[in-house]
Amino acid sequence: MTHKSEILKALRKNLLPEPALPSLDQEWIVYEDINAQFEQSVAAVGGQCHFVDNISDVQTRLGEIEPYRDGKKICSLVNGVEGNVDLDQIDDPHELEDVDFAVARGHFGVAENGAIWVTDEHVKHRVVLFLSQHISLIIPKSELVNNMHEGYARVKHVGGVFGVFISGPSKTADIEQSLVIGAHGARSMNVFVVENV
Amino acid sequence: MSSTSKKYHPQEAAEFVADNERAHWHDKALWFVRSKRDKAAAAVPEWEALRETASQIKAHMVAKHADFLEQFEEQATKLGAVVHWAKNPEEHNRIVLELLQKHEVKRIVKSKSMLTEECHLNPFLEKNGIEVVDTDLGERIVQLRNEPPSHIVLPAIHIKKGEVGELFHEYLGTEKGADDPDYLTEAARHHLREKFLAADAGITGVNFAIAETGGIVVCTNEGNADLGTSLAKLHIACMGIEKLIPRAQDLSVFTRLLARSATGQPITTYTSHFHGPREGGELHIIMLDNGRSELRQSDDFRRSLSCIRCGACMNTCPVYRRSGGHSYNNTVPGPIGSILGPAMDAEKHSSLPFACSLCGSCSDVCPVKIDLHHQLLKWRGKIAERKLLPWTKRMSMKMASIVLRNTWLFTLMGGIARKVMPLMPRFLVYNRFNDWGKQRDLPAMPKQSFRQQLKKRNDSQKRDS
Repeated sequence: MTHKSEILKALRKNLLPEPALPSLDQEWIVYEDINAQFEQSVAAVGGQCHFVDNISDVQTRLGEIEPYRDGKKICSLVNGVEGNVDLDQIDDPHELEDVDFAVARGHFGVAENGAIWVTDEHVKHRVVLFLSQHISLIIPKSELVNNMHEGYARVKHVGGVFGVFISGPSKTADIEQSLVIGAHGARSMNVFVVENV
Repeated sequence: MSSTSKKYHPQEAAEFVADNERAHWHDKALWFVRSKRDKAAAAVPEWEALRETASQIKAHMVAKHADFLEQFEEQATKLGAVVHWAKNPEEHNRIVLELLQKHEVKRIVKSKSMLTEECHLNPFLEKNGIEVVDTDLGERIVQLRNEPPSHIVLPAIHIKKGEVGELFHEYLGTEKGADDPDYLTEAARHHLREKFLAADAGITGVNFAIAETGGIVVCTNEGNADLGTSLAKLHIACMGIEKLIPRAQDLSVFTRLLARSATGQPITTYTSHFHGPREGGELHIIMLDNGRSELRQSDDFRRSLSCIRCGACMNTCPVYRRSGGHSYNNTVPGPIGSILGPAMDAEKHSSLPFACSLCGSCSDVCPVKIDLHHQLLKWRGKIAERKLLPWTKRMSMKMASIVLRNTWLFTLMGGIARKVMPLMPRFLVYNRFNDWGKQRDLPAMPKQSFRQQLKKRNDSQKRDS
């Protein structure tokens, strides 16, 4: 007998009553001012949130952010935001080890926790989201949801596509519970919520 | 601390509390985390509905466990992942090693996985010539100290920053005497980035496996699981068979509960969803049983399979906070570990269900509503039934049983105790036979028994009326 069939047999040994799967259509939290809540949540998880009108405003604001302004290697995955690293020209993701700043598009943002859904669809090397010293995510203002239930309702899981909720910069509190921003991944997270995309 | 040590929890804990200042510091550190959890939970008005929903989802999953596992395998395989089944740690470790050897892997990076701790994967791989680097900062710290984690979410919670400083000075060349967490974390960042870039494969745990889609979800704050799996081509994900959830949408419930319960964060920084391997890569998912299917057969302990490993029960546990994770001598310490440990090896872990005051705080904070303190009490009965109690406890329980069942004996003993105890020299009352009195004094003996006091009161009331 294989391990699989042994395990399955053991799990089928006794028939248990089957409690129904609960409905997830419940009264979940909804915010009066979803924008303000999102901004507050992003700040609470260590990020900075900027509300801007259009993509060129993003470019202007990024120019005021030191790691972007002074960064030598910038990888932009967003049309209208300047960068100098073209992922498609890179074969080995290890070459991205010295990227200073990455700018990527998020699909939507969640007000309750500041998380942003990002996928690697059309992103040749997803490691750029984690290996870059700093990161900036851009989402349309129309794409803010209240809570994770509304969020997951928008997610389509597709084979071969990696998806991640990112909430703020990388962090750790493993040394005496002291919060340190910038553990392995991004040292900072600037979120741009854009009115007209 | 060796994992094969045969000591019971009270002896292990005695070592920990011998350092009074550290024991208090540890207690406070965990209470701080518990308080953050309380704040986060209170900020969600539907918190109780979330817990109830999570509990129902897991109960449903466990009832149809085999079906969901098959569904998961089918879906994951469709996505191009390879699913492996392992009955025990030996089998699990062998599968990992074979995969690594097939890919000629010499160096791996591993993100936090209690399951690989359960299997003692690191020493096994090292013995076979493979460099294993734990990349969660806390886990890296305990790995360099050659210790197991003392907590499932905060592996290095028992270690002070000065000790981390010394450790990093020795291994990472940080300045001697430096103990600033920012500075030390920065040093670890550089050290571990080198390891990420040099690794030939990444191993991760699994927080949730979705039967409906065949995907797996891994949660970290540091981003180490993502770095470890998006550079090298081989990703091995190790999971216990209880990590399943039926629907993708169920994640909305669990991601709201997990980090809030664990550390008081609204969600982990990175909640990563893997659906099949990335282009040109391989994804292998190893599903381990190791006693879980047996646990499912027990009406008493089945619900412990719902655990999502948030650690809230340890943070709140008055015994855990004051005795440290290592005193449990089990991969998972604290209240949930004291249930899972005896289920794996009742003899080795027979003292754990007694490392509990039955206060019930663990059950109150559990995000999936496991009836932890009830299960701990049940374990005590089972351990007594299996004659695994130490003789001191057996004898004292036997004596107590005789005395409590005989009114006349109880009255007599009470009378003697009230008269004799106050006259006895201290060493006769507080000695090695009196475990209870090790760190506390017995209350002063009352002059009269409760019954005498009640009778007196009733008599005087009768007189008054």
